[in-house]
Formats: sequence, structure tokens, C-alpha cells
Amino acid sequence: MLKHIGQYFLMIRMIFIKPTKGKIMRKLIFKDIHDLIIGSLWIVGFLSFFVGGVVSIQTALNIENPLIPKNLVGFATRQSVILEFAPTFMSIILAGKVGSFITSSIGTMRVTEQIDALEVMGINSINYLVFPKLIAMMLLPFVINLSMFLGIFGGWAATIYGGFSSSADFIEGIQLDFRPFHVVYAFIKTFLFAMILATIPSYHGYYMKGGALEVGKASTVAFVWTSVVIIVVNYFVTQVLLA
Amino acid sequence: MIQIEQLSKSFDANCVLDKVSTTFEQGKTNLVIGQSGSGKTVLLKCLLGLIAPDSGEIRFHNNAFSTMKDEEKRILRREIGMVFQGSALFDSMSVLDNVMFPMRLLTDLNEAEMRDHAEKVIQRVNLVDANNKLPAEISGGMQKRVAIARAVVMRPKYLFCDEPNSGLDPKTAMVIDNLIQELTHEFNITTVINSHDMNSVMEIGETILFLKDGKKEWRGTKDDIFKTDNNAVTDFVYSSELFKKVRKLYLDQ
Ligand SMILES: Nc1ncnc2c1ncn2[C@@H]1O[C@H](COP(=O)(O)OP(=O)(O)OP(=O)(O)O)[C@@H](O)[C@H]1O
Ligand SMILES: [Mg+2]
Repeated sequence: MLKHIGQYFLMIRMIFIKPTKGKIMRKLIFKDIHDLIIGSLWIVGFLSFFVGGVVSIQTALNIENPLIPKNLVGFATRQSVILEFAPTFMSIILAGKVGSFITSSIGTMRVTEQIDALEVMGINSINYLVFPKLIAMMLLPFVINLSMFLGIFGGWAATIYGGFSSSADFIEGIQLDFRPFHVVYAFIKTFLFAMILATIPSYHGYYMKGGALEVGKASTVAFVWTSVVIIVVNYFVTQVLLA
Repeated sequence: MIQIEQLSKSFDANCVLDKVSTTFEQGKTNLVIGQSGSGKTVLLKCLLGLIAPDSGEIRFHNNAFSTMKDEEKRILRREIGMVFQGSALFDSMSVLDNVMFPMRLLTDLNEAEMRDHAEKVIQRVNLVDANNKLPAEISGGMQKRVAIARAVVMRPKYLFCDEPNSGLDPKTAMVIDNLIQELTHEFNITTVINSHDMNSVMEIGETILFLKDGKKEWRGTKDDIFKTDNNAVTDFVYSSELFKKVRKLYLDQ
């Protein structure tokens, strides 16, 4: 375990030294933005819309007391979507989608000796493979932003469609007691999760041994570790920033 | 020319190379043969600097590898072409991009010049109509040709091939062997080829190093190999009925 942590931080260091030629790197970054970010938009949007809807329905159904104001539905939806659902839950989803893609693509390059081929040509293969993914993942905040927007929009749509409260009440709820720091907190988390999402799956792909079967196993292990680390980091960041 | 002196490498308690000394000659196809697990790939990876040997020395044209500075190693690497056992083509790039990749990386040629040169090399290895295909869309034999084209596109002084014809049918294997030999002669390359295929040995074995359990067991040429009475070599060579018959005919002559 300690050995892995040491090796992981050595890898992090290697990402930034002996960089690959700019022209080649630019292409790699655009490719990874396409694969990792653009390719995740629809699933993130889809999930966000419906989960936002469910959150608002559940909140509405739990309000039986007539003394509780109707704008609570919008308020609760906003809070849960911005604080946890969009940054944390979506990052876990992406640990499955983006993470396993990263592990399996780097792992396949390992088992088919493509990484050796890069090294023979004098390339720092860690920089070549991981740096563009790290840069691409720096766009994660935009994805999470989309998720926040669609989550709340889904909540609004479900509230209106289900007749739980009026549009005006919901929108009032969204604006109720709005603290900009909550958004800052969400984006600080997102930024950390982005780094975790880019590096832990890369580590598991890069240092894997064996053949095609092990690539599959490495992806699973990478997903488990990525989500565990995200949840633990989430706990500490929340403790430090909000408590 | 590459000289190896007393090269040793162990992984934990497993001694994979045991004081191997030999010479790989320039302008010749130098074969390294031996059973699976005898240390052929590890030897090649030591030559490439991908594995650091425990002791011993490797000299590239009299330059000792162990005393080279990082910059000198980097320059040396540019002079090495490598064909991996499984071709190791970049599977997200087209054939043409694979061949152009070393030039993109190491030269300042413009796109048109690179393309021009790459196309010539692709023609040289007899690949047609494959430029824009992905590695997954072409046959194993064609992948090998692309790997060879990528390895020689920078006009290397040294060419290393790890079982370049494994997984190919005998005819295609021979074509690949001959292609490597032609390129070796044409550009006066020091070529090292790992193999356990007796056809290759007889076809292109200009010098042959026989490894057994990480030790140099025998060295000679393809003509010597029929005459030797080294038991380990004859065991290896005549494990196939075909070669038993060939030897009988040869000795009867
Ligand atoms: N990175 C490594 N770590 C530990 N052991 C290794 C490593 N690489 C190779 N070995 C061991 O070295 C020995 C020789 O392996 P090598 O790959 O050189 O054999 P080979 O002659 O190329 O065989 P083949 O013909 O099957 O390719 C094997 O026992 C292998 O287990
Ligand atoms: Mg081998």
C-alpha cells in the first residue's frame, strides 16, 4: 500500500518533467477533451435532469405540514444539487465512465508494448499519456456547472409537471438564502475530484502487468479506488470548508 | 557494431542473463535464438535501456552505455529502431501517422516533407492502400510491415526486432525476414533479431547467438549450425521432424 502511494506520487512528478513537443501535445489534449469531456456531456445531462426531478418530487411529497412554505421544494433541490449531487455524485459516475476509459486505454497500451515503444523513441511516456488527460479534466467544472443547471431545471420541470407547487414558488425557493460560498465550495471540490479522476485511473493503467484480462481487472480496481478517494476527500473538504 | 561484455540481470532470485558476452556485427542480421523464457527479450530491453542490467557492459560502436550521459543516451536512442513482438503500433493513429510519428517527434521537417518521406518508406516495405487505415483494420503481416517502416523511418544505425515473424504464416514470415535483411544490407544497419523460428535461422542467420537459461550456449553462423555437436543446440534445432530430415540429407551429401 505504502509502495503504491510512493509510486503514485513519483508518477505525479513525472507528469511535469521532460514534456513532449508542443505540437504533438496540443493534439493529444484536444483528443482527450473530446473523449473525456465532450463524450461525458450527454450522460451527465441526462442523469442530472432526472435526479434533480426526483429530488424535488421527494421533497414535495415529504412536506405535509401546511405551515412549511411551498418554496422549500426549490430551496431543497438547489441545495442538494449544488452541494453534493452535481460535484460529488457526478464525479463518482465519471469515475466509472471516464476512469475506466482512462485505465483501459493506458493499460492496453502497456500490455501491447505501446508504452515501451514511446520510451524507446525517447518520450517521457507518463507526460505523454497523463498530462493531456489532466489538462482535459480541468474542464470538469464546466461539466459540473451543466449538471447543476440541468439538475435544478429537472427539479423545476418535475415540480410543475407533478403540480407540487407553482413555478413562482419554486423559483423563489431557488433564490432563497443563496450563499455564493456554497458554489465556491462546490467548485473547489470539483477541481480536486478532476485531479483524482485524471491521475488514479492513469496510475492503475500505467503500472499494470499482464494481458487483456488484467486490463479489465485494473479498470475495476481503478474505479473502486477513485470513488473511495473522492468520497474521503469530499468528507475532509466539507469538514474544513463548511463546518 | 554492438559489443556485450559479461552482461548479467536477475529479477529477485531469478537469474535471467548470466554473464553473456557477444558481438552483433554491422550490416548483418544477428539472430538471438533460444527457448521461450531463455532471456531473449530481456537482452533486447537491456540494449534499449528499458531494463538496467545488474552488471556488465554494452558498447555501441565502442561507446560504453554505462558511462553515457543522459543527453548521449537520448541521441543514441534516435539511432535505434525497434520492432516489438506484437508490433506495438499506436492504435489510435492511422498507418501513415504511425510511420510519421518518430519524425514529428524528433525532426523539424514540415508536414509535406514528412509525409513524402513516410510514403517512400511505406512503399519500401511493400504496403499498398493502407495509409489511412487504422492498425486494427489491417492484417498481422501488414502490421509487422508498418512496425518495420516506423522503425526504419529515421534511418537507424541499429535495428532491434523481437520475434518479428511470430504469429505469421511461414510464407509471410519469410517475406518479413527477407525484408529486414534487405534493409539491413541496404542501410548497413546493425540488426539484432530475437527468434525461435528455425526457418528464420536458416534464412537470415548471418550470426547466431544461442541462449540457454540466460547463458550464452553457442555462437556461429547458419552454416555452422548443422555441423555443431553442441547437444543443447542440436536439441533445439532438431526438435522438429522436418529439420531432422534436413540434417540427414545434409550429412548424407
Ligand atoms: N520485468 C520482469 N520482472 C520479472 N521477471 C521478468 C521480467 N521480464 C522478464 N522476466 C523473466 O525473465 C525470464 C526471461 O524472459 P524473456 O521475456 O526474456 O524470455 P524470452 O526468451 O524472450 O521468451 P519468449 O520467447 O517467450 O519471448 C522469464 O523467466 C521471465 O519471467
Ligand atoms: Mg520474448
